[in-house]
Amino acid sequence: MSTQASRSAARLMLSPAVLILLVWMIVPLVLTLWFSFQRYNLLTPDRSGFIGFANYAEFVTSPAFWLAILNTLLLVLGVLVITVVGGILIALLIDQPLWGQGIVRILVISPFFIMPPVAALIWKNMFFNPSNGLFAEAAKAIGMRPFDFLGQAPLASIILIVAWQWLPFATLILLTALQSLDSERLEAAEMDGANAWNRFRFIMVPHLARAITVVVLIQTIFLLGILVEILVTTNGGPGNQSTTLTYLVYQEAILSSDVGAAAAGGVVAVILANIVAVFLMRAIGNNLDS
Amino acid sequence: MARAVSTSRKAVNTALAWGVALLIAFPILWTFLTSFKPEPQAVASPPVWFGFDWTVRNYVDVQNQRDYFDYFWNSVILALGSTALGLVIAIPAAWSMAFVPGRRTKDLLMWMLSTKMMPGVAVLVPIYLIFIQLGLLDTRIGLVVVLMLINLPIIVWMLYTYFREIPGEILEAARMDGASLGREILYVLTPMAIPGIASTVLLNIILAWNEAFWTIVLTTTNAAPLTKFISGFSSPQGLFYAKLSAASTMAIAPILIMGWFSQKQLVRGLTFGAVK
Repeated sequence: MSTQASRSAARLMLSPAVLILLVWMIVPLVLTLWFSFQRYNLLTPDRSGFIGFANYAEFVTSPAFWLAILNTLLLVLGVLVITVVGGILIALLIDQPLWGQGIVRILVISPFFIMPPVAALIWKNMFFNPSNGLFAEAAKAIGMRPFDFLGQAPLASIILIVAWQWLPFATLILLTALQSLDSERLEAAEMDGANAWNRFRFIMVPHLARAITVVVLIQTIFLLGILVEILVTTNGGPGNQSTTLTYLVYQEAILSSDVGAAAAGGVVAVILANIVAVFLMRAIGNNLDS
Repeated sequence: MARAVSTSRKAVNTALAWGVALLIAFPILWTFLTSFKPEPQAVASPPVWFGFDWTVRNYVDVQNQRDYFDYFWNSVILALGSTALGLVIAIPAAWSMAFVPGRRTKDLLMWMLSTKMMPGVAVLVPIYLIFIQLGLLDTRIGLVVVLMLINLPIIVWMLYTYFREIPGEILEAARMDGASLGREILYVLTPMAIPGIASTVLLNIILAWNEAFWTIVLTTTNAAPLTKFISGFSSPQGLFYAKLSAASTMAIAPILIMGWFSQKQLVRGLTFGAVK
């Protein structure tokens, strides 16, 4: 049906979406790149000009930088491991015949719809608070000393909050994939004498592989951008213990008003996100053909 | 996998699944419960479960302290506005990619997706400065445009995967009958794609409602939605757990209920059609 006329019409209808996305991507990126080579601090606006790679050098050699990279990796990996393993287990569980499946599903996916500041505030105040949070109460009830989660283990606590937010997403997608599995194959394998573990290992896991790939890569993209959860709970501290790359860039821009250094950090963040993006594109692109 | 199992096995599954589900939803249920407690009982040690003096005062207090409905309407306007604007731009684009695919269509879709991966903080300063220059800071229109832009790739992708399932012959028949392109899209394609469009709308409203980076950094009061409203509770202020719970409940309830009805759409939209 692709006549010459419909081809040009198609191009015409495609162009608004392409153009605005192009502008949305190019303009801020070019500005960020430009700022990253400038001396540009909002607190000292009279000192400006081209300074080469000084911003990058400053950003990369700052004591927080490598810790921030490490924290970012730990946050992403920690949340991925918890959500994928937990998601598979919960999906297997609620895929079984049981009473009240609909309500169980609703309860399990609910955390995904909670906006990040609400999730962070609830956990920070009503669960992690060392004097009257629920965890402290539980510790007191069994005769233990309350543990200061956000003070003593800030990154682990943030990982817990974020994992709680994303567990429903992983579960829901893995459950959907699980339900598309042909039950006859499982029954056939069972009749051939395959035990539960082998059925899981050789039939379910290969079937879930694509869903797991998608979960891992999409979550990674969102997890690299986590900011509000840190902002609301620890402000990156104590010290820099829970500072991630995203938070470090935010800190430079907002708290230090150092536009140049923030821009250099932004460029580093874009490069990291793009490395991940290349993998995501490949995985989803292959699925597009099938 | 509806396999026959014994009743006792089903009972064990049920108990386990309900246990896990209640554990996962517990923070939400606890927040809901706490929102009805008087402040002193909200921090009581040991915690009070149900035997407290039920009250709705917290909701009234929150509404009086900071006008909930102002934020609520901003959330509604931003979510609906950005979704509507996104649809207007995305429907024609998805139409051309689904029905007149070219050699570059796949690359184009991939590229659109890649814009979604640009970390917000990386472009925060330029966007902020542009917003100041254009007088868009703390305006609804500015936020509508930004939210539309960050969700546009998802809208285009979702519509594309739905449109591809509509047989092109039907559109061709309409064209043979002399329908113009605009009419073809408006009167033939759109009605057939209603379920897909509805799913897209639902998912995007949820995403826009919960977007908590741009909505917080680009607003102060006039255009501030519920994400900003709740951020006002970041610093402790005396006894405030019950009020925090009431405010949280008000911020999440509308979208939580909506989310329950959109589980399927969620999977499809957020995986860009890769998992159905």
